[in-house]
Amino acid sequence: MFWNEKMECMPREEMTKLQSERLVKLVKYVYDNVEFYRNKMDAAGVRPEDIKNLGDITKLPFTTKNDLRDTYPFGLFAAPHSDIVRIHASSGTTGKATVVGYTQNDIEVWSECVARCMTMAGVTKDDIIQVAYGYGLFTGGLGAHYGAEKLGAMVVPMSTGNSKKLTTMMVDFGATAIACTPSYLLHLSEVLRDEGLLDKIKLKAAICGAEPWTEKMRHEIEERLHVSAHDIYGLSEIMGPGVACDCKEHAGLHICEDHFYPEIIDPKTLEPVADGEVGELVFTTLTKEGIPLIRYRTKDLTSIIREKCDCGRTSVRITRFKGRSDDMLIIRGVNVFPSQVEAALINVEEVTPHYMMIVDRVNNLDTLEIQVEVDVKYYTDEIRGIEALTKKIAGVIQSALGISAKIKLMGPGSLKRSEGKAVHVIDNRKLV
Amino acid sequence: MTAKQLSVFIENRQGRLGEVLHVLKEHNINILSTSLADTTEYGLLRLIVNDPEAGRDALIDAGFSSMLADVLIIKVPHVAGGLQNVLELIAEKNVSVEYMYGLTAGGNDASIVIKTNELPLATEILAKAGITTLTYEDIAKMA
Repeated sequence: MFWNEKMECMPREEMTKLQSERLVKLVKYVYDNVEFYRNKMDAAGVRPEDIKNLGDITKLPFTTKNDLRDTYPFGLFAAPHSDIVRIHASSGTTGKATVVGYTQNDIEVWSECVARCMTMAGVTKDDIIQVAYGYGLFTGGLGAHYGAEKLGAMVVPMSTGNSKKLTTMMVDFGATAIACTPSYLLHLSEVLRDEGLLDKIKLKAAICGAEPWTEKMRHEIEERLHVSAHDIYGLSEIMGPGVACDCKEHAGLHICEDHFYPEIIDPKTLEPVADGEVGELVFTTLTKEGIPLIRYRTKDLTSIIREKCDCGRTSVRITRFKGRSDDMLIIRGVNVFPSQVEAALINVEEVTPHYMMIVDRVNNLDTLEIQVEVDVKYYTDEIRGIEALTKKIAGVIQSALGISAKIKLMGPGSLKRSEGKAVHVIDNRKLV
Repeated sequence: MTAKQLSVFIENRQGRLGEVLHVLKEHNINILSTSLADTTEYGLLRLIVNDPEAGRDALIDAGFSSMLADVLIIKVPHVAGGLQNVLELIAEKNVSVEYMYGLTAGGNDASIVIKTNELPLATEILAKAGITTLTYEDIAKMA
């Protein structure tokens, strides 16, 4: 089953030709409309007319998350504000959000891509799908929602935060599909089990993403809930969920490559790596109008498969993610950089710059503990004083990261000092 | 008259309390009374010692969060209702007790260590009532 057989099963030469045409058009579009790209290309000595086909893409400079930060909020937008119909945002590295804008056409393309992914998972217009990603600035909720509507399915916009209501409606509505983070789905399976509802549900497909997970977790979800579980990938900078997804073969994630052109590079030398070798995934958004990105470094580590899949699709696939080339963590689906914690703590007079983030997964839900050392002169010998300080720090962290953390105050000097590069994270989840 | 209490913040970690006591021993600090307030994450060790300043400095040098707090050490007669009579005096004036613990130094008297939010007022009330509070020097002599 294909949503768009023509694009998903297109012969390679035709796809390359289409991508080349789109790239040439894109480069001219960004050069004419975005000062940032014009300056960068001028500095690199590349003219739009130098890009004649896909092979010329390596002449173009890379774009990074820092470029988005430096041009905050709208500096990389190529379309006039009057054509932008939606904004989404994700965490930046130091507090400032990474803002993206969509034209009406971008929303159409995005919905189409999500519809393709959901079709890969076996979802059709006859399904009832609960979308349990957060709705709001995060791309997960609205992205999955629009895709499922495009598909014609009956969409139940659950958002996050109320497992009891979700499981009740899952049973009462006879929901057949769900879109949420894999860890949340495992958690839901326990809620269903505890409420004795496991044999009353009609779920058959799960579209999970927004955080790294393992093949083992996927099998566990499939066994517990008797569903076909699929890994949907995306990032707000490129579009949101729907950039890639795995089909019934579960042999890598098919990229919607008529819209997102992938490259894999060595994160150190920035040179392309051979097919099958692990490197950093780089995307060029071939058709995006709102905020097109040229050779955007995702920092996600993966490898590429070019052979035709047994499902019939010819689109290139990426293998399960092997981690990140930077220090970004994904906690409960939210991107978190240690630098955000550092930046937040600087504003808390009572604490020293020493901190440690301990990430774990308890009952399938991510936990974050932040240990901070309190400056000696701010210690109080009253419990209420210590509790007030803990609460204050928790508030600062919550507003900086968008997720809550357990704060643990530590005595001076009790956090390990490292001799080389400071270690600020202990991640006890085994996700790779 | 007030006295100084030595307070130490101890994160819950095996052996941490022993390390504190070791530092005090090394510096020849004599402990007259202790109180340990514990939560799930940390403990607050409160001590009446012969030389609180020296104790604090030694602990800070050894890497502990240590501080001094002003407390009242009140002599309480060894009779039923002895403690209540004292507390009633300060409660009447709306002075509240943050925490308290006992201090025994032999003989017929007992003492109680009190941390209050209104130290000067509490001191004044007790002085007016003719109740003895122990000073820093009294404690040093006891040790």
